This record gives sequence, C-alpha cells and structure tokens, in this order.
Amino acid sequence: MMKTAELNKKQTAILQALGAQLEKPGMLYRLWVALLLVLILAGTYGLYRQILIGHVVTGMRDNVVWGYYIANFIYFIGVSYGAAMLAAILYYFKVPWGRPIVRIAALVAFITGIIGPVFILLCIGRFDRLHYLFIHARVQSPITWDVMVISTYLVGITVFTYLLLIKDFAILRDTSLLELSSWRRKLYTALSLRYKGTDEQEGQIDHSTKSMAFIMVPKVILAFAVLSWIFGMTLRPSWNSTIFGPAYVISSVAAGIGLIIGLMWVYRRLYGLEEYITGLHFRNMAFILVILVAAFGYFTFSEYITNWYSSGKWESAVTAKVLSFKEFGWAFHLANLFAIVLPIVIIAIPRFRTPNIIALLSLLLVVAMWVRRYLTVVPPLETPLLPVQDARPEFVHYSATWVEWALVLAGAATFFIFFTLAPKLISVIPISDYDKETR
Amino acid sequence: MSESSENGRRDFLKKGALGVTLAAWGQLVFSCSHSGHEHVAEEQGDIVKVLTPDGQLVEVDRSHLKHVHHVHPVTYEETREGVPGKKFVMVIDLARCTNARKCVSACQKMHHLPPDREWLTVKLMKDSEDGAPYWFPKTCFHCDNPPCVKVCPVDATFKRDDGLVLVDNTRCIGCKFCMTACPYSTRVFNWGEPGVPADMKTHFSSAESSIPGQVGTVEKCDFCPDMARMGKLPDCVTACPNGAFFFGDQNEDIVTNGSETFRFSELIAERSAYRYGEDLGTKPRVYYLPPAGRIEPAEKSLEEMPEERRKLYEDML
Ligand code: SF4
Ligand code: SF4
Repeated sequence: MMKTAELNKKQTAILQALGAQLEKPGMLYRLWVALLLVLILAGTYGLYRQILIGHVVTGMRDNVVWGYYIANFIYFIGVSYGAAMLAAILYYFKVPWGRPIVRIAALVAFITGIIGPVFILLCIGRFDRLHYLFIHARVQSPITWDVMVISTYLVGITVFTYLLLIKDFAILRDTSLLELSSWRRKLYTALSLRYKGTDEQEGQIDHSTKSMAFIMVPKVILAFAVLSWIFGMTLRPSWNSTIFGPAYVISSVAAGIGLIIGLMWVYRRLYGLEEYITGLHFRNMAFILVILVAAFGYFTFSEYITNWYSSGKWESAVTAKVLSFKEFGWAFHLANLFAIVLPIVIIAIPRFRTPNIIALLSLLLVVAMWVRRYLTVVPPLETPLLPVQDARPEFVHYSATWVEWALVLAGAATFFIFFTLAPKLISVIPISDYDKETR
Repeated sequence: MSESSENGRRDFLKKGALGVTLAAWGQLVFSCSHSGHEHVAEEQGDIVKVLTPDGQLVEVDRSHLKHVHHVHPVTYEETREGVPGKKFVMVIDLARCTNARKCVSACQKMHHLPPDREWLTVKLMKDSEDGAPYWFPKTCFHCDNPPCVKVCPVDATFKRDDGLVLVDNTRCIGCKFCMTACPYSTRVFNWGEPGVPADMKTHFSSAESSIPGQVGTVEKCDFCPDMARMGKLPDCVTACPNGAFFFGDQNEDIVTNGSETFRFSELIAERSAYRYGEDLGTKPRVYYLPPAGRIEPAEKSLEEMPEERRKLYEDML
C-alpha cells in the first residue's frame, strides 16, 4: 500500500469531516452562490459599459482620478501580502498552532492576489495598450517596479499554495474512505503530480515549500514597499510621507488576519471543525491582531498630529478635510473606532476572547480597514494645490457611480465564491500535516 | 522657414512687426476655394486681409476663411527630440490679466476642445488674507524636473531638448499616474469619447499637435509646438487682448507677446519674476511677473460675471 493511502486516526477523522464538506449543498448554499453570481454578473455588465463608453461611467474625474478601484486594489493586494506573510512565517517556523491556519492564509493570499490587480486594470484608460507596460517599459516609473514585483509575487504565491496542497491531493486520490466520483479522482490524480509519499518525494516537497516560504517573506516586504512608493513618491500631501509604507504594511497584515479569522470561524461552524480550529487559534490570532492595530493606531496618530500641529498649508488642508465632520470625519473616526480602538479594548479583557467575539471584531475591522484605504486615496486627490474653481462640481468631489459599486461588489463576490467552492475540492484542515500523530 | 537660431530671433521680431495682423488672425489660414468646393458659404461682403504662406498680402471675403489647424508633418523622432537649438520659455504678466479668457477660448479652438475642457485655466488667487485677489492664467509649466514624466510607465509623456513636456496619446495607457504626480493639476483626461469633429479624426497626428484626442488617454497644454516649429506663437499668446503672455526662446534670450519684445533675462530680473511652487523643486519653465500695478482690479471681472459663476470664486475673497 502506498504511504498516501495509510492514514492515522486523526487523518481519518479529518477525512470524515471532509465528507461533510462534500455533502450535496442545501438550499441556502445554492441561494448564496446564486447571489454571488448575480453580483459578479452585475459587475461584468458594469465593466462592459465602462469599456463601451469609457471612464465617464465612473465617478472619477480630473482631480480625483483614482477612486474605488485603486482603493480596492491596494486593499486586496495588501491583504494578499499580509496573508502570504503570515502563511510563510507560520510555515517556515513550523509554529505548532499554525497548522490549520497556513492553508487558509495561503488561499486568501492567492485569491486576493488575483483579485487586487484586476482592479488596477479597471482603472487603466486603455486596456488595449496593456502590453505597452512590457514593450515600452520605463524603469524609472514606480508602476514598472510594481508590474515586476506583483507578477513575480503572483508566481511565488501560486507555487507556494500549490506546494502546500499536493500531499492532500495525493491522499484524496488514494483514499478509499470517501466515495468520490470518477472526475474527482481524475482531477486529484492530475493535481497530485504522481506524488506517492516516498521519503525522497516528501523530502523534496518539504524542502521546496520551506524554500518558497523563506523567499516569500522578503518578496512580500519588497512588494509592500513598492506599492506604497507609488503613492509615497508623488508630491501629494499625506501620500508623500515616510510613514505611508509602514502604516500600509501594518494595516494590510491586520486586514488579512481579520479575513482569515472570519474564514476560520465560518468553516469551523459550517463543517464542525471545532476540534482542529480551537479557541487557542482564535486567541493567538487575536493577539497578533492587537499588536498590529496598536502599531497602526500609533502610526495614524503620529501622522495626523504632526500634520495638524505644524501648519504646512497643503498638509493642513488634507488633514482638515479628513477630520472635518462635514467631509470625511465620520468615516475616519468610525473606521478608527472599529479598526483600532475596539479590537484593543475588547481583546484586552480575557472574558471576551471567545471565537465569536473575535470573529465579530475581525469582521468590523475588515470593513473599517477598507474605509481607511478609501481615505488614503481620495482626500489627498480632492485637495489640489491650486484652487479648483472650474464650473464643474463633480470635478472637485468624488462620488462613486453604480458601475464602481458593481465592480467592487463583484470583487468581494469573487472572493466569497472562491471560499465557498474551495472546501468542495479540498479539506480545510490539511490532512497530510497530521501524519506524525500517534496511530 | 529656417529654424536656425539666428533666424529664429528675426522670426519672432518679424512677428512683432506684423503683430496686429497675426495677432488678429492667429492661425486662420486662407483656404483657397473659389469654386467647386462642397461647402461654399455665402459671401458677406466682409473683406479681410490675410497673409498667404508665400508672403503675399491678399484680400478675401471672410466667408472663405476656414479654421485650419496647420501642421508641419514631423517624424516620430523629431517629436521626441524637439525643435533643434531652442529652449522655449513663457512669461506671464499677472498685472495685465483681467480674466478676459480669450486665451482659454483660443486654446480650445486650436485644439478642438469642447467648452468644458480647459487645458489653460484662469484662476483667482490671493496670496494672503489681507492681500488683493488677482487673476492667474495657468498653462502646463513644462517643468525642467517634471514629476509627471518621472512616473510614466510607458514613456508616453516625455521631456524634450527644447524644454517641452509632451504627451504621445497613441502611447498613453491611461493609468493617470502622471495626473496624481503633477502638483499643479495641469493634466486632463479623456473620460469619454472626446468630441472630435469628423474632419479632425483623420488629421495628421503626432505628439506635437495632440489632436485628435483619444478616449482613455491624458492630454494637456503643449505650448503649441507645431506652431513653434513654424516660428509662430502659441494661440493663447496671440489671443490675449492685454498681451499678458510672452513666449520665446531662452537660448536667444528673447520673449514676445506679438507686439512687444523683451530680453527674457532682463524682463524677469527687472520685474522680479517668480515660478509657481518653486519650493516643490519641479523647476517650471513658466515665469510669472508679480501682479503689482494691475491694469484692472480683479473684482471688475467678478462684478461682470453671472451670479452663479461668481459663487465659484467665493472662497478666494
Ligand atoms: S506642470 Fe504638471 S504636467 Fe506640466 S510639466 Fe510640470 S508636472 Fe508635468
Ligand atoms: S496616464 Fe498616460 S501619460 Fe500619464 S503616466 Fe499613464 S501612460 Fe503616462
């Protein structure tokens, strides 16, 4: 018998849990998928309109030339980097409690890493000239750097995620515990690349995965840096700041962890995985989260107090806009409440460190961080150096149109549909990682 | 016309002498069509004098005049390198600006822009709380250290040896990075299909003429390089009734508004010229003469405006 077919007790139990994942979907599940598909279709229609008519269908105009798309882009790609960083570190150091988390984190990194760049494409006026980025590439431009780091990052995260899955594909191919349809077996056979679990093969896979994890960390730091430079290297107040990069990194990792916690909670409830994803996992993730948001809170405070206290005209104008309750004040303060204050205060109290509360906090944080991304992009653009006196108010104030909403929601729907369908193919809990358990 | 630098000065001076005619006619070019043309307007009996390309002064009926964007066909390399030996520069005398907005409409006409697209804007400015407001025409500054050029990922916007910063709208991918990078909000984007007249669609297109506009790309004030190549002044310069714009060549140290000609270095020294946003390190090629001794208070133009438009300037007053 092949090694991939010999399973210990624990692994058998996980396989049985996978049985629950593979059960025929109920009504609610179908409705959910249908809703997501409708959202994706609506987005596709919006995109069709945008391609047909031009960017006039969006709320972007001269002055505010970047809006929801870029906010969404930096949000998703940031989440991706954050999740990749977490997966790589947990894997590399073989953190014992990280076992059930690495896979979810890698999958989050993978899918958000694909969704994010789609949004930068949406913001480009000429789709048809995209290849110019390669044939006429100019190395002086931060966008060229970004094209390079994002494309290599995507290759990296895809390889890393796949390496993490191969052993499980082999187990699923060989198992007799589950009744799998023949197309599934075929698919697993193809995906498992003839992995049989020989010592040599195992050594190779473990070594490659570990190397990839090692490479991913500097790769992610570089990618984060380059992305924040796209903003940092312009002459705009609040973008052109040294703290932009660190604040972006910290908050993106926090948003990524928030999303991972949310998925852990949903999967645990849906597929009865309480035995594998325990309160300890939630607590540990919550502690990382608190450290990150505390740092983010500090950066935010430091950024705004220095801008506010000194009286530089342009900086002050942006700060005033963000803080004013007539403009972005509500969004800013509520976002800080949910992304920074609440997680710190609530998780500080041991009684509240339960999976449910931590998941709820994470959900709020994930949304609030999106708002902070929006506030990163739009207010500085609404504050040009020279007065705006053109007769067109829409050139001064940005408000997103239905097309932008539809596409942003379609992006979120793509994320959800991926995580709704993924458990139909693979076990949420990595079966192969439990091979050292006692039989 | 020769473009060598000795002749260049004479060109500009000649323009000065011909001043009025040229200023009035900018680039209305006589389109000789006596008969057999599809579209013949009725003669109005309004006779005007025009200068033909070969230097003759002829009289024609105004109805025969057609606005033709005269272009000098240039090669791709020429548009990238610029007019040899030149270093274009502009001086704007803020004391002379009365917000007549003739520069704006001339620019729109020249570049076939709809009324709501302004490459050239006139802003109301006030430097300090108790200071007086003044009108501030703003072109692209054609910066010598242009942040817009630095960030372009595909070399669609570029800096030439003659000082101009241009956009090649057949190269631009529409990422708008240059728009966020330019601190002076100079660039405009074709959010939709630009309303280009049918006969312009097939117009000879180069980065020097910037027409026809293309959807999804960036455009901006280009200092009319196609005119400069022919030794002519940009349209905003000739259109200004107060002669507020001076255009010229820094290498020859000369600037003119069509009727007056100055030594560039003397003019900016005598009138303490400044460049807008000097502290940003962009090194603009447009110099402003401070608005001291304005020929008309800024309020005058405001008073003549319809109420609605005046409101847009409220926060400056
Ligand atoms: S004014 Fe703006 S668009 Fe013009 S050269 Fe300077 S930075 Fe570029
Ligand atoms: S919008 Fe066009 S000109 Fe501007 S940076 Fe992008 S590609 Fe270059």
